[in-house]
Amino acid sequence: MSTSSETKPLRPAQETGLLSWLGTTDHKRIGVMYFFTTLVFFALGGAESGLLRAQLAQAEQNLLTEEIYNQVFTMHGITMVFLVIMPLSAAFFNYLIPLMIGARDVAFPRLNAFSYWVYLFGGIFLYSSFLLGGAPNGSWVGYAPLASDSVSNMGFYAIGLQILGISSLAAAVNFIVTILNMRAPGMTFMRMPVFVWMALVTNFLLLFAIPVIAVALFMLQFDTLFGAQFFQPGSGGDPILYQHLFWLFGHPEVYIMILPAMGIVSEILPVASKKPLFGYAAVVFAGAAIGFIGFGVWAHHMFTSAIGPVARSAFALSTMFIAVPTGIKIFNWVFTMWGGKLKFTTPMLFSIGFVSMFTIGGLSGVTHAIVPHNAQQHDTYYVVAHFHYVLFGGALFGLIAGIYFWFPKVTGKMMSEKLGKLHFWTWLLGFNLTFGPMHMSGLLGQPRRTAVLPGELGSTVELYNLLSTAGVVVLTGSALVFLYNLLHSIKRGEESGLDPWDARTLEWLTASPPKHHNFDKIPTVTHRDEFWHRKYAEDESGMPISVPAGASEDHDGEDDPDEHIHMPDNSLWPFIMCIAFLPFGYGLVFLNPWLFGLGVLWMVVGYFGWIVEPLAEGDDDDVPDDVHDRPTVGATTH
Amino acid sequence: MAADVQATTLGLDHRKLAMWTFLGSEFLFFGAFVSAYLLYITTTAGGPGVEIFDIPFTSISSFVLLMSSLTMVLAHNAHAHGDLRRMRLWILATAGQGAVFLGGQVYEFTTFYNEGLNMTQSPFASSFFVLTGFHGLHVFVGILMLLSLYALSLTGKVKANQDVKTEMIGLYWHFVDIIWVVIFTVVYLIPEIAVL
Repeated sequence: MSTSSETKPLRPAQETGLLSWLGTTDHKRIGVMYFFTTLVFFALGGAESGLLRAQLAQAEQNLLTEEIYNQVFTMHGITMVFLVIMPLSAAFFNYLIPLMIGARDVAFPRLNAFSYWVYLFGGIFLYSSFLLGGAPNGSWVGYAPLASDSVSNMGFYAIGLQILGISSLAAAVNFIVTILNMRAPGMTFMRMPVFVWMALVTNFLLLFAIPVIAVALFMLQFDTLFGAQFFQPGSGGDPILYQHLFWLFGHPEVYIMILPAMGIVSEILPVASKKPLFGYAAVVFAGAAIGFIGFGVWAHHMFTSAIGPVARSAFALSTMFIAVPTGIKIFNWVFTMWGGKLKFTTPMLFSIGFVSMFTIGGLSGVTHAIVPHNAQQHDTYYVVAHFHYVLFGGALFGLIAGIYFWFPKVTGKMMSEKLGKLHFWTWLLGFNLTFGPMHMSGLLGQPRRTAVLPGELGSTVELYNLLSTAGVVVLTGSALVFLYNLLHSIKRGEESGLDPWDARTLEWLTASPPKHHNFDKIPTVTHRDEFWHRKYAEDESGMPISVPAGASEDHDGEDDPDEHIHMPDNSLWPFIMCIAFLPFGYGLVFLNPWLFGLGVLWMVVGYFGWIVEPLAEGDDDDVPDDVHDRPTVGATTH
Repeated sequence: MAADVQATTLGLDHRKLAMWTFLGSEFLFFGAFVSAYLLYITTTAGGPGVEIFDIPFTSISSFVLLMSSLTMVLAHNAHAHGDLRRMRLWILATAGQGAVFLGGQVYEFTTFYNEGLNMTQSPFASSFFVLTGFHGLHVFVGILMLLSLYALSLTGKVKANQDVKTEMIGLYWHFVDIIWVVIFTVVYLIPEIAVL
C-alpha cells in the first residue's frame, strides 16, 4: 500500500494495466481472474458436450470418428470437473473467505497467485494436447491399463492433472491456514458463516485427496512413459489398484465439488427467507460428517470390479449412511424457508433449484448403493443422469446462485433480475430436458462412453436421446442470456448500494466493491450473522426490528485515514515461476530431457526469485517501530 | 516474531501451521505408495525380490539420515539463541548427512540394477524404485532448502531473529526422516525377517 515515493519501489506496485493483474496478490483480483478463466473453460466444455449430443441425436450417426468422440468426452469430463467446477469454487473461496472472516487477505498472498497461475497453465497445457497429437482419450477416470496403452494419449492426462493438483494443494494449505488463523476478533468457529465452514471442510478434503491421486497419476505416468509395471497384468500388476487409488481421491472429489455450493446455498436461503439458517450446528456438523464419511465410500464406484462380497456389503452400507448427513442438510434448508418471508430473487430461485435438483440426484445416488441395482446400471446413461443431477443440478446451480448473489459485492452493481429469471427458467428446463431422459435411456440399457448409439436399442431410446440433444440447445441459449446479462451488468448495471439483499454476513459490512484492504477497521464479532445483528434487534416476541441508528460504526468507514494498514505487495514471481510448468510438462510427455531440464531450472530460478524478493515494507519478522499502532489482526505473511 | 504470533487466531505462526498442514498431506502421499509396495511385495514376475536388500548397508545410511535430525535440532537451537555462525555449521552438517544418504541410495540403486532388478521388470520393482525414489527426491529438495538457508543467512536475508525459518525447514526435514523410519521398517526389515 504505502511505498514511499522517494525510494525506488522494491516490488511491482502498478494498480492498473496488464502488469497489475500479472503481479497481483490481492485475493479479490485473483478471485475475479479465477472466475473469468472458468467461464472460458466452461464455454469449451460446453462446446464439447454439444458435439457429443449432436453425435448421439440419432442412432448410427457418424458426425465424429470414434477417436475424436473419445477425446471429446474425456476432455468434457476433465474440463467440467477440474477446470470449471473446482476453480469456480476456488473463485468464491478467494473472493469471500477473507471478507467473511474479517481479514484483509489470505495467509499467503503470493502462494494464492501461484495457485491461480498453475491452474491457468495447467488448463492451457491440457488443451494444447489437441494440437500436439491428440487429447486424452481414456475418460476422466483414466483407468489403467487402458490408459497406459500405446493408442492412448493419456500422458497429457497424467501430467496435466498432476499440475492442476499442485494448484489445488497449494490453495488448500492457504485457505486452511487463512480460515484457522486469520479470523476477526470474536469470530469463533461456531460464528463462522456456513460457507466458510464448507470451504474449510472442502479444503481439508483436497488436502488429503490430492496426494492420493498424485500417487495414482505418478504410477500411471511411470507406466505410460517409462515402462513401469504398476498396472500391467502381464507381469502381475493389478488394475484394481488404480481403481482404488483413483476413487479414494475420486469420491472425496465429489464432495469437493458439492460442498462449496452447499455453503453458498446455506448463505442465500436465510437471506432470501429473512430467517436465520435452521439448525446451524446441524448443517455444520453434517458438512464435517460428509467430509469424514466421504473417504469411506469410494469402492461403490467399483461394485462391478473384482472386490469381493464383503467389500461390496461394507461399501454399500457406508454409501447409504452418507445419505444421512446429506438428508439433514436438505431438511435444514427446507425448514429455513418454512414460514419465512420468501423473496424469489434470482439467487433464491437458483438456490431452490439446487435443493430440488440435488435431491433428485441424491436419490438416484442412493440407488447405486444397492449392489444388484448397481450392477444393472453400471456404465449406463443412468449413471450419467445421476452425476449430472448432482454436479450440474447441484454444484453448478449453487455456484450460479452465488454469482447472482455476490455480483453486487464484486461490482457494486446489480445483474438484471428480468434476464436472471429468464436464465433460471430456461436453465431449469434445458437441464431437465437434457438429463431427465438419460435416466430412462440408461435403464433401457444405453451404455455410456460409446461413440455410436446402437440402432438395435430401439426407437424409445432414440427419442430420449433426441430430447437430450434438444435440451442442450435450450441450455446453450440460456447460457448466452446469462453471459449477456453478466457482461451488460458489469458495464451498465443498476447501482446496488451497500446491502441490496438485506444480508447477514460480514462481507456486506464494507464497501462494494471492497477496497483493496477490505475493511478500514477490522470488525469485532459478537454474533453469528454479525451484520444482521448490527442492523436488527428483537422485540419481546422475537420478531426482528430495525436498529434505527444505521448499521454500525464501521459500515462505510472513512474513519482514521492515517491508520497504517500493512498490505501484501504485488509480485510477478508466481506468474514467472508458473510458466515453467509448460516446458516441464511437455518435457515429460514427449520424454525430452532438455525441455524437462529447462522447466526444472526455470522453477528453481523462480523459487529463488520468490524467496529473495524484498518486501516494500521491510521484512515480515522485523518488529516495526509502530507495532502498537498497527492493526494486529488480519496481518498477512509474505 | 512475538508481534506476529499474537496476531493469529490460533496463536501459531501462519507458516508453521501451513507446514504442518502440508505435511499432513504428505503422509497420505507416502501412505499410498507404501500400500502399493505391500500389495506387490511378492509380485516379482520371476525377477529378484526382497532378498536382494542389503540390510547392513541400508542400516548405516538410515543411521546417517536419523543423525541428521539431531544436527537439524542443534541448528534450530543455535538459531533460536541468535547464533547464526553455529546455525550455519549444523545446517551444513545436516545437508552433508542428507547427501551421504542420497549417495547411499544411488549406490544401492546401481547395485540392484546390476544384480538384475530394474523398474520395468515387475510390479515389485516398480513400486520399490518409485517409493524410495520419491523419498530420495524429498531428501534432495530438503538439501536444496538447507543450502539456500545457509546461503541466505550469509547474505542477510535470513536474520538472527528469524529462527522460524530454520524451524520450518526442520519440520520438513524431520518429516522426511520419520517417513524413512517407516519405509526402512516396512520395506526392508519386516519382509527380510519374514523371508528368513
